[in-house]
Amino acid sequence: MNRKIRYTGKKPEREVFEIFNSTMRELIEDDPHVIYLDADLMGSLKTQELWRAFPKNVFNTGIQEANMIGVACGMYLNGMKPYVHSFAPFTSRRVFDQVFLSIAYAEKSVRVIGSDAGIMATHNGGTHMCFEDVAMMRTVPEACVVDVSDPVMCAEFLKETKERPGLTFLRMPRRDLPDIYCPGTRFEEGKGMVLREGGDVTLIGCGIMVATCLQAAEALRQEGIEARVIDIVTIKPLDRELVLESAVKTGAVVTAENANVIGGLGSAVTEYLAMERPTRVLRVGIEDTFGRVGVESFLREAYGLTAEHIASEAKRAIALKN
Amino acid sequence: MRMSARTQLEQTAWQIRLGIIRAISSNHGGHIGGSLDLAELMAVVYSDFMRVKTEEPRWADRDFMIVSKGHAGPALYATLALKGFFSSDRLENLNKTNNLLPGHCDRNKVPGVDATTGSLGQGLSLACGAALSAKITGRDQRVFCVTGDGESAEGQIWEAAQFAAHYKLDNLIAFLDWNKMQIDGTNDEVMALGDPVAKYQAFGWDACKVNGADVLEIQEAVLRAVETADGKPAMIVLDTVKGQGARCIMEMANNHCIGFPDSLREQVMAELREQGRVLGMEVED
Repeated sequence: MNRKIRYTGKKPEREVFEIFNSTMRELIEDDPHVIYLDADLMGSLKTQELWRAFPKNVFNTGIQEANMIGVACGMYLNGMKPYVHSFAPFTSRRVFDQVFLSIAYAEKSVRVIGSDAGIMATHNGGTHMCFEDVAMMRTVPEACVVDVSDPVMCAEFLKETKERPGLTFLRMPRRDLPDIYCPGTRFEEGKGMVLREGGDVTLIGCGIMVATCLQAAEALRQEGIEARVIDIVTIKPLDRELVLESAVKTGAVVTAENANVIGGLGSAVTEYLAMERPTRVLRVGIEDTFGRVGVESFLREAYGLTAEHIASEAKRAIALKN
Repeated sequence: MRMSARTQLEQTAWQIRLGIIRAISSNHGGHIGGSLDLAELMAVVYSDFMRVKTEEPRWADRDFMIVSKGHAGPALYATLALKGFFSSDRLENLNKTNNLLPGHCDRNKVPGVDATTGSLGQGLSLACGAALSAKITGRDQRVFCVTGDGESAEGQIWEAAQFAAHYKLDNLIAFLDWNKMQIDGTNDEVMALGDPVAKYQAFGWDACKVNGADVLEIQEAVLRAVETADGKPAMIVLDTVKGQGARCIMEMANNHCIGFPDSLREQVMAELREQGRVLGMEVED
């Protein structure tokens, strides 16, 4: 077992929003040029205390996401290191032109955080349930696109990307993300994590689906199937080396994501393997449909984002190998 | 603060126009109308107010010029060349294939350009961010921003207008190039802007209107804005005529982005030579 891993399936020690708060506090205390902008959703991350504590670093732009991206860019021009947050649909589809042009094309360094991505929008329903953000952000040249799978990863990426040039897009839930990694685990852009070894099939997940892949692998073991499990960490840049090595090693791949399979992780993996080493890849994710209201467990069932579905797709992929 | 005299500023505006024509005619076309009508503004701001270092374009304590109506690149480039950020010969590279002088303002290709703009409505937000950063760090920096009237139909402009007032960005001095024309017709035909001075005042700004072809009116308004620290951002509406300074361009029904044959160049240059004689300036060609 990988010593970096501490997954038990239980509730995390600290929720993502708590990690976000403590990490942003640490960043601001360490570097007065760090800026955190929010568009009237500080309440959702419980960051109002940061707002009060750091009036020169934390600003509320009101419900003006487009302006918030522009303000962040202007602050970068004048020496600052901005982080911006809103719910995922409002920091992706609503502001795609601002993100593309004012951040990425203009070569600025801004970190854009979209919380409650995908089904984690739960009771906010289809209007807020963003499945398309990954596809959109993947098309931005030189972007780093991360679907956060664990609280430790959240903290590390907030810190590690402080001065990363260009667009960094982090999508994450606010809570209920299980602990996967031990504190101190280091992450690298473009480097996936092998969480479990196995030779029959590879399960490649991102975000909330990484823990689900681990559950699926455990269920498969009960049936005598050994699955290699990978947290892709950055959907872009894709860890091509690891994807290729896994395809060669296991001959069958299942991807799992809380986003539209069109343009998401499933696309990234299939696009690459189709060119480099055609391999059977089955994709678990949102099958090109809209969101709806529901609690997480209902939505997972509704969209097939379950360990059972991953396991059955893994068996189908193995059967299709020859 | 030492202010330039009318003649000096008019000579500078004339030189900027010459640069704009040089750039656009070398490309046989471009966004001429909304570039020419900024010559007086650029002459005033860069002669008397912008604190920049040509040898260090990204000097941390500089003032900012954000041309939100990014298609006015030629006006900014002509000014920067005149100021010495790069050789004026480079103006002839405007929009040549794969070159380093794109028609729309580009901060990464052209020294002295502070912001990459072109998708309209975004520049005033950038200006707000730069101005707020100056406030936070306590640096004495002015942020100038040029918006367009057609551009003012973009919602983001009004988000930024609200933001600048909320954060009391009195180091932000914005301009509206109110030439009343846009691609598909007049502002009133396409999307009526109404009274921009009243609109910005209602948003909590200090706002005034000046004759955008009169260098001293512009100078006086900018000086007042620079010297006023009342917690309000400033909007100076420039009453302009699109293509101003070149009658044969001004009189066109649509001069937003036009082809520029040599025959038109000759017409414009004849006008500029005549203006130059009055100003005691000569065209070198």
